[in-house]
Amino acid sequence: MTLDTTTLNAAAQAAPAATRTQWRVLKPLLGMLLPLGIALAWELAVYRGWSNGRLVPPPSRVLATIMDLARSGELTRHVVTTLTRVGAGFGLGVVAGTMFGAICGYWDVARRLFDPTVQALRAIPSIAWVPLFILWLGIFETSKITLIAVGVFFPVYLGVMGAILSVDRKIVEVGRTFRLSGAAMIRRILLPAVLPAYVVSLRVGLGLGWMFVVAAEFMGASEGLGYLLIDGQQLGKPAQIVAAIVIFAVLGKTTDWLIELATAPFLRWQDGFRAGGAA
Amino acid sequence: MLLLDRVDKTYPNGVRALERFSADIPQGEIVAIIGGSGCGKSTLLRAVAGLDRASAGLVSLDGATIEAPHAKIGIIFQEPRLLPWLSVADNIGFGLGDLPKDVRRERVATALTRVGLADKAKAWPRELSGGQAQRVAIARALVPQPEVLLLDEPFSALDAFTRADLQDHLLDLWADTRPTLLLVTHDVDEAVVLADRVLVMRPRPGRLFDDITINLTRPRDRASPLFESFKRRVLTALDRSLDLSVPDGAGKSAAGDAMWW
Ligand SMILES: Nc1ncnc2c1ncn2[C@@H]1O[C@H](COP(=O)(O)OP(=O)(O)OP(=O)(O)O)[C@@H](O)[C@H]1O
Ligand SMILES: [Mg+2]
Repeated sequence: MTLDTTTLNAAAQAAPAATRTQWRVLKPLLGMLLPLGIALAWELAVYRGWSNGRLVPPPSRVLATIMDLARSGELTRHVVTTLTRVGAGFGLGVVAGTMFGAICGYWDVARRLFDPTVQALRAIPSIAWVPLFILWLGIFETSKITLIAVGVFFPVYLGVMGAILSVDRKIVEVGRTFRLSGAAMIRRILLPAVLPAYVVSLRVGLGLGWMFVVAAEFMGASEGLGYLLIDGQQLGKPAQIVAAIVIFAVLGKTTDWLIELATAPFLRWQDGFRAGGAA
Repeated sequence: MLLLDRVDKTYPNGVRALERFSADIPQGEIVAIIGGSGCGKSTLLRAVAGLDRASAGLVSLDGATIEAPHAKIGIIFQEPRLLPWLSVADNIGFGLGDLPKDVRRERVATALTRVGLADKAKAWPRELSGGQAQRVAIARALVPQPEVLLLDEPFSALDAFTRADLQDHLLDLWADTRPTLLLVTHDVDEAVVLADRVLVMRPRPGRLFDDITINLTRPRDRASPLFESFKRRVLTALDRSLDLSVPDGAGKSAAGDAMWW
């Protein structure tokens, strides 16, 4: 009798454990279900002749286009060009945004002096700068990178300043009671305290960087993924447009993931609602 | 010797939080400060910690005026205030930045064992219970071996059982190096268990009302009649401090009258 209950218990415990490990493997795949399902359905629709797929090319045709581009070496050229622009603009925007944000967050006088102007500039849709940038800086790389940097600057600036302003006074007091110098206070208290918000602002900034690279490449470029989009429109090649969009999605997601991956070791302490759980 | 000489504190909004507060506290003494809410206990402690400046008067430790946080004065707040991005061990070692690494590691390890958290060295602060976190805060404040340790209602957020446990723990740790303890509390029991001397304050503006010496030997038995009578004395002083009809300076004489055992 007693023997029976123990075996039963063991079985009851083993069953959910097995489903739990299965679940852990399946969970990331869950997110793929919707896009794959739609792609498959569309492929089938075109295959069966329910639609000719001229305006909305089926996945197979998009894939073929990407393959063609890759084989001719054009894909690499466009991707590298766009990545370089985003990288340069993002880098400049992050450096400027971090510096200004830190100064304005840390130093009251600077905030009173600069912040109203920066906020006013922020209210201007960044695309509105395009004509001026072209006049000032020409239609080549400089104006494109500047536009991207401007787009990246604002979220990073706001993120850094806001994060510094909202550092808990109680924690700063801990630093004061241990008589940290100004530099040590920044390194040991302020930096770690603002890091989570900073990472978020970097990711928002990167997203805007990808947005603005398209705008920048629309304003006249002979290479880059944005050029592929325009070219596809002008020559009536929807497959090329969708191919460029897909590559944007892949690159955007990958770079975002890289930021997440690079900063994760520094943020393990966070007490978020997912702490130690999924992800 | 910690010296408070006619310390005044008026906040920028005009609230007079402290008025001519004076006390001499010999090295190694445990002093409890008790009083109604808003009578300036935290203000006083922050002035001694050098976190806020007094508007007038003087705080000095061994002759040196305290105007900013001092190496020999540690403080434990009502909340643990651990740094969430540091492990428990690194939190405890936070104030030992200028010591060589191996000395630091050894001191932290000793402190961890001393507060009974040796197995939590690598844990994050978020993984601790409230009582464990406050023990880490105590260790962090004690590990630089301060001469004066200030405690602002350090156990008030804990349940009665954990509180009693930590009080004993604190006394244990105190016995190692015997720093001066200045402890703000709402809890008469806590004051009488821990203190050599209880300072009773009265509010608006915050001033000293009574100074009661607790000459009980340690360890103290919370159930003994003598303990009870000291408790009653502190309670009476506390009641009188809040009674507006009792004039200042009546505290002392009242305490004298109450020595009826
Ligand atoms: N930063 C501040 N600015 C203005 N007034 C303050 C400030 N901090 C405290 N006060 C006022 O000073 C008085 C004393 O406050 P304090 O915090 O020292 O009281 P307390 O004795 O610690 O009270 P409690 O037991 O509730 O913690 C109160 O009337 C309070 O309103
Ligand atoms: Mg208080």
